[in-house]
Amino acid sequence: MLSQESLQQIDREIAKYPPGRKQSAIMSALRIAQVEKGWLPKDVIEFVAAYLGMPPMAAYEVATFYNMYDLEPIGRHKITVCTNLPCALSGGVHVAEYLKRRLGIGFNETTPDGRFTLKEGECMGACGDAPVLLHNNHHMCSFMTMDKIDSLLAELESQ
Amino acid sequence: MLEIEIDGKTVQVPDGSTVMDAATLAGIYIPHFCYHKKLSIAASCRMCLVQVEKAPKPLPACATPVTNGMKVWTHSEAAVKAQKGVMEFLLINHPLECPVCDQGGECQLQDLAVGYGGAHARYREEKRVWVNKNFGPLIASDATRCINCTRCARFTAEIGGLMELGQAHRSDRAEIMSFLGRTIDSELSGNIIDLCPVGALTSKPFRFSARTWELARRRSISPHDSLGTNLIVQTRHDKVMRVLPGVNESLNECWLTDKDRFSYEALASEQRLVSPMIRQDGEWQAVSWQAALEFTVAALQGIVREQGGQSVGALASPHATVEELHLLQKLARGLASENIDFRLRQRDFRGDAVRGGAPWLGMPVLDIHDLRSLLVVGSFLRKDAPLLAQKVRHSALRHGLRVNAVGPNAEDWLMPVAARALVAPADMAAALAGIAAALAAETGKPVAETLAERLPADISAEARAIAQSLAGGEKSAVWLGSLAVRHPRAAELHLWAQEIARLSGALLGFIGEAANSTGGYLVGAVPGAGGLDARAMIESPRRAYLLFGAEPDLDFADGAAAMAALGQAQLVAAASVFDSPALRQSADVLLPIAPFTETSGTFVNCIGDAQSFHAVAQPLGEARPGWKVLRVLGNLLGLPGFDQDDSAAVRDEALSGDIRACLDNAIGDVPEAEDAPAAQAGRLQRVADVPIYFADPLVRRAPSLQKTADAAPPAARMSASTLAALGVSAGDKVRVTGTGTVELQAVADEGLAPGCVRIAAAHPATVALGPMHGDLSVERI
Amino acid sequence: MSAHALILAGADADRGWRLRDYAARGGYESLRRIVAEKTSPDAIIAELKASGLRGRGGAGFPTGLKWSFMPRAFPGDKYLVCNSDEGEPGTFKDRDILRYNPHAVIEGMIVGAWVMGCTRGYNYIHGEIFEIYRRFEEALEEARAAGLLGPNILGSDFSFELFAHHGYGAYVCGEETALLESLEGKKGQPRFKPPFPASYGLYGKPTTINNTETFASVPFILKMGGEAFLGLGKPNNGGSKIFSVSGHVNRPGNYELNLGTPFPELLEMAGGVRDGRKLKAVIPGGSSSPVLPADVIMDCTLDFDAIGKAGSMLGSGAVIVMDETACMVRALERLSYFYHEESCGQCTPCREGTGWLYRVVRRIEEGLGRPDDLDLLRSVAGNIAGRTICALGDAAAGPVQSFIKHFTDEFIYHIEYRKCLVPLAVQDAGNQINASRPC
Repeated sequence: MLSQESLQQIDREIAKYPPGRKQSAIMSALRIAQVEKGWLPKDVIEFVAAYLGMPPMAAYEVATFYNMYDLEPIGRHKITVCTNLPCALSGGVHVAEYLKRRLGIGFNETTPDGRFTLKEGECMGACGDAPVLLHNNHHMCSFMTMDKIDSLLAELESQ
Repeated sequence: MLEIEIDGKTVQVPDGSTVMDAATLAGIYIPHFCYHKKLSIAASCRMCLVQVEKAPKPLPACATPVTNGMKVWTHSEAAVKAQKGVMEFLLINHPLECPVCDQGGECQLQDLAVGYGGAHARYREEKRVWVNKNFGPLIASDATRCINCTRCARFTAEIGGLMELGQAHRSDRAEIMSFLGRTIDSELSGNIIDLCPVGALTSKPFRFSARTWELARRRSISPHDSLGTNLIVQTRHDKVMRVLPGVNESLNECWLTDKDRFSYEALASEQRLVSPMIRQDGEWQAVSWQAALEFTVAALQGIVREQGGQSVGALASPHATVEELHLLQKLARGLASENIDFRLRQRDFRGDAVRGGAPWLGMPVLDIHDLRSLLVVGSFLRKDAPLLAQKVRHSALRHGLRVNAVGPNAEDWLMPVAARALVAPADMAAALAGIAAALAAETGKPVAETLAERLPADISAEARAIAQSLAGGEKSAVWLGSLAVRHPRAAELHLWAQEIARLSGALLGFIGEAANSTGGYLVGAVPGAGGLDARAMIESPRRAYLLFGAEPDLDFADGAAAMAALGQAQLVAAASVFDSPALRQSADVLLPIAPFTETSGTFVNCIGDAQSFHAVAQPLGEARPGWKVLRVLGNLLGLPGFDQDDSAAVRDEALSGDIRACLDNAIGDVPEAEDAPAAQAGRLQRVADVPIYFADPLVRRAPSLQKTADAAPPAARMSASTLAALGVSAGDKVRVTGTGTVELQAVADEGLAPGCVRIAAAHPATVALGPMHGDLSVERI
Repeated sequence: MSAHALILAGADADRGWRLRDYAARGGYESLRRIVAEKTSPDAIIAELKASGLRGRGGAGFPTGLKWSFMPRAFPGDKYLVCNSDEGEPGTFKDRDILRYNPHAVIEGMIVGAWVMGCTRGYNYIHGEIFEIYRRFEEALEEARAAGLLGPNILGSDFSFELFAHHGYGAYVCGEETALLESLEGKKGQPRFKPPFPASYGLYGKPTTINNTETFASVPFILKMGGEAFLGLGKPNNGGSKIFSVSGHVNRPGNYELNLGTPFPELLEMAGGVRDGRKLKAVIPGGSSSPVLPADVIMDCTLDFDAIGKAGSMLGSGAVIVMDETACMVRALERLSYFYHEESCGQCTPCREGTGWLYRVVRRIEEGLGRPDDLDLLRSVAGNIAGRTICALGDAAAGPVQSFIKHFTDEFIYHIEYRKCLVPLAVQDAGNQINASRPC
């Protein structure tokens, strides 16, 4: 279900916690699985739950509680824009509108070519860098402008 | 002790009490939804907010610990304001459909809304709608009614042992669901219907059939497993509409097994026998009671006259009442027959000669809470005794009870098992001997002289681990389960278990198979001197049989043999709640008797409680209470002592004296069986469970239970290594041959000892296989 | 940065974050001294109490007192947890601390473990800052390699294991008991207290949780002395504190100031109100602290007591500045959406109430307000506040109550005229990307 590499990463996470507390690694394990699979199909959640010796429903609760997990297939590049108040005061909404126009999609939609998914995010703890967006959950792009968005999209399109 | 003042009342409460506990003690009701005394405290519904002196904010009574001198107001202006605020939030997304909701009339939300709800709704935004779930044949879902109290989810995880339900998502999208929309398969699932404070979870079999206020409530006792679960049976117009738990803190608490809750559906089965019937010239005819009884009496008298009393055998179900079993044994003995038994699935009766008394659990059910170590020998604990298992689970999860097991089966009991000796049936005695040897080494006490020479040369690691677990000098117990009791060398297993208990200072107990497994002994429904036991009555066929409440094909250790024995008898008089092809094939006269709801009676449970109950409905058709049928038969046979006025008189006669004094699990010496079944090469040992929903005639005919996962048709379950050795893959069809042959699907099951095949008994699909124990051959088709 | 910077000193320059850089700045000196001198835990707690250090995560609880609650003698595992789950709109200081000075946090945690007898610790890092989490993991590796973490720290018999735990998108996990649930691999739903983490924390064991900045302050306090740290601020509000300034200012960012600094000085440091516009309102302590109108905040000093007296909270020191182009209804709509979205769904008032608040505010913003909506909002917010398991309910109610209180006219205008008091074009211009910011 998951690659050796992913399993090794999960094992490293498990090792952070005391014996018998494997469940503590569920968040990391789901993240690692999501990076490999692109999103979290339910059979992957069930596999991860079994790997950590926890009931699948408990893993599903976690997967649905934290909003960076994707429970539906998404584009290769997920772009999450913060539109919370501090960002909104500094162009966050404008950036989001620009992305919608450029990609031709709304929030929670994926471009027909499967490249991009646009999401509205909550506070990323980087309000001083507004506007900010996240690429595929793990890379934060700060101080965005329309020009920087253009070059980001160009770079991602070329990948 | 702490002192607290609630609404001006001063009460003393033990340390560690919550305000809710104190209120309960003071007889003050604090509104609540998520709080339930048997579940962990969520403190999430916030309905129980109360005013506490010096607290700046209202506090939840369910989670606030009492401190000495605390002052609490549960109905002050501040408290009621908080409670009304919460009620409004609960109602904004709750559909206004009480008239069509099955919970109407017994809905906590409805009740409390009367007191705390507003007259009009201030919420005028969009309402939330959730899709109903398919939780299986027993539980109906109306998801939009859910108020997210999470009682159901907590129940599955904390009491059921497996988190089948959870609350996914967050915010006001938080929603109770199962993983992947799976059905809820726990044998305790129905309790979430009782727990649900609203109409989100209701009983599928019961829904839309009646309103709670139309129903009469009657106390009763479960006729199923050995716990003696207390029931509330609800009836309308003489028909049982549903069954709810009768709270008994020392037995079932407030829980029911699904079997107890839903078996009532069988009471209305089309297979109910509603008229006495006689077979005449191969044709079955409904006849009057008088005709049926006269026929029976005449035939019996003729056989006894010609061939003596010992040509008559009386075989009764362990689910029969004390009154029925007592009158049956009295009747048989009146006919000068000592051939009486109710242990129909048992094989080894050597213990009868050396038994101390009636087998029982050996300890109060409540004491499971304090056990530190338990050894379960030969048991399908979770399905045989779901609520007993639940108590063991609770103790294991919460109080550190170490559960150990010996036997061929290791299905998931949803509790941690510390050490397990997974051995084939034929190796169980040796495994127990190994534990005894390890215990002797551990404790320095010698093994009893008579057993010393039977000790094994090597002691397995599992035996050592189990011995260490038991030897701690703390409170421990050794329990024998149904597989041990039905084992061909049951008496030896009993003997070894006794030795283990002696060496470790543990209590010895029997889990018990049925509602009257202990009661049957107490009333003497077992063979007397020179009498034949259940096995012998089949192996040495009698001329006449009185069959009481049992189905010949499904309720015996070897259904095929039982059918054959009955088939050649001159007279089989069968008293039965239900009609069945097997009965029609083997009996000559069918006497319709009342199920537990239509007769008064008594069951003695596994701890020796004699619990009597009354009929909750009139007998269906011509059916009559079994004890009355037997009394009339006794009269017609001219036997003395059949003139009791009511069932209480029968009970008092049957259970005279101190029951506790008759309970004794001691066993004297039993020699090693000479015909110990040595597994022949290429053959597998059968492991036969009695599936939970095939265990007795009532539950077999409960339609909703028959749609559950636990009612799936039997398969041939084997470990991967056993399958591989046979060249069989999981999913293959296999031909299984015992004394007869059946075809089944092979299923991989790692919870089985190598060299074993687990095939359920008590099921029409496997009757032909013959005995529940012994060798089978398995081959791929 | 201000001259008073301790934790972020030099962070605006091209300063290294690695162990060698931290050590060159005097890092781990406090720890080495403690281990060498076997400083008693009581002495360290006394120093912390003298420093007046109050928790930097928002609640402002005295750190020395919190550390003294830990049952040091309790046998078995005790845990130390750092709360870097920074997700309150306006707050972004912990990210910079972890980015520029991760070893200060690590050193502070090791000292905490020494004091409280903890054998294991976790730093719970906000989900959206994965790159920072990776850097912290690297810093941990450096510390382990240097014998500062793990068994027998610096050759002593003191052992402490420290790991990073990565969140994945849930604001509520910043609440300490939700964070513990999350660390245990569950949904981040807060626990009812009591019991408090000091007696029943991670895995049911005694646990102390502090904010990133709190831990990072500890080495500096021990180096400069509690009295000297206290002297940076004012009585009961000791030391320096990082303020995160965002919104309508020319130079948003983190500014480490002495507590008690007048607000106008901070505004000045942040380059003043953007494009010279007029200040309208400030949320002084993260989105859950009540908003203060310009005239009130301009008279405040930045410390727990003064901001509290003005009717708000210093909270995490997250200062959201709004100028005259801001529509307060729209601002509240953004915040209400956030709390609705981030409610954990556990307890009724918050689960059902935050959505209700949001929907009504949105309706007003969309021009569909009703005359009784403000009363309704006040009432619903009042039914949430103080009735929930954790502070998120209060946090959601607070903005609604304070925005309506201070800007009633704007809300009434919105309801009556079905549009903003501030013309949309003006709002739009005001909310553009800040051209003068320091990227």
